[in-house]
Amino acid sequence: MAFIDLQNDLPGIRGPMIYRPETGTILNELAEILLHDEDNTLSRGDREMIGAYTSYLNDCFFCQNVHGAMAQHYYECDTQFIDSIKKNFLSADISDKLKSLLTIAGSVQKGGRYVTSEQIEKAKSLGATDREIHDTVLIAAAFCMFNRYVDGLNTWAPKDMQVYIDRAPMRAKEGYSQLGLTK
Amino acid sequence: MAYIKVEEGIPGIRSLFKFSPETGKPLCDLAEVLLRGPSPLSSSERELIAAFVSNRNNCMFCMNSHAAAARFLFDEDKQVVDDLLKNQTADSLSPKMKALLWIAGKVQSNGKSVTPEDIENARKEGANDTDIHDTVLIAASFSMFNRYVDGLDSYTPANEEDYLEMGKRMGQKGYHI
Repeated sequence: MAFIDLQNDLPGIRGPMIYRPETGTILNELAEILLHDEDNTLSRGDREMIGAYTSYLNDCFFCQNVHGAMAQHYYECDTQFIDSIKKNFLSADISDKLKSLLTIAGSVQKGGRYVTSEQIEKAKSLGATDREIHDTVLIAAAFCMFNRYVDGLNTWAPKDMQVYIDRAPMRAKEGYSQLGLTK
Repeated sequence: MAYIKVEEGIPGIRSLFKFSPETGKPLCDLAEVLLRGPSPLSSSERELIAAFVSNRNNCMFCMNSHAAAARFLFDEDKQVVDDLLKNQTADSLSPKMKALLWIAGKVQSNGKSVTPEDIENARKEGANDTDIHDTVLIAASFSMFNRYVDGLDSYTPANEEDYLEMGKRMGQKGYHI
């Protein structure tokens, strides 16, 4: 049970978003731009994967499963493939560029100062643009917020993995901007 | 020099807002609502939580700028800011603020480290649900802001004096772009 009375029984981040719509609306707006906006050279799948991987590192059950299922939806793959990226992306069947971006995300998760100029150079040499590096760092940083918000208030999360997979197509269609504003 | 091509000479997160105004807008809105919007916690108390978390994350830009804003807002009681940043606690803090800062410190390490006892203790000292919610989200959001600023190695002015004006402006005008 959540540490505070959220006055609703929605799972994960949706509970506190409804409880405090002043901030909930803005958090949705941020998620929409970072993860769902079409005007981005990183695919929606890759951006969701960066969010899912960061959430995995932060051990946030709700976020890693929501965003893992979103990545799975966009990649049109199975859960095993997503799990293989989370557990050891270096040996997963993904592009070297995405590997270099996940390396940066992993450093951001530890702390901003862990990102090295070598990691940035590597990503650039594999074709990552300034914008893509910017978005990778901000997505990883934003999930360090979302994860702490979800777990710091001890919100509940569905245990059945199928729930996350079933919801992904609708979320992909609607995006994040309306999420949490209605019960 | 920052890892990406941002305009030279603009400090910290503001150079990133200029690089990416699309994300800058919700980030500024978030800072404004969290630190200046309606809350049972005063703006000075909320700036104190921001500076405390940024200090724990070793983010010099956010720590110095929000400490400067907190000093401006605390005015003649500003010593509490330096005491807290130096000693991780301060005698002049209310028991309620001490309990909330304890929770903020837990959130900074990881959301999961907050315990029911931490929450109970804050309630015993007079914190309500919104105090706790706002503390957790401020601490969580600075775990983002700090990583954004340092993860891109954005320009961090070295002298504390450089932050005086910044703190005053943040104290007076808040975070509207």
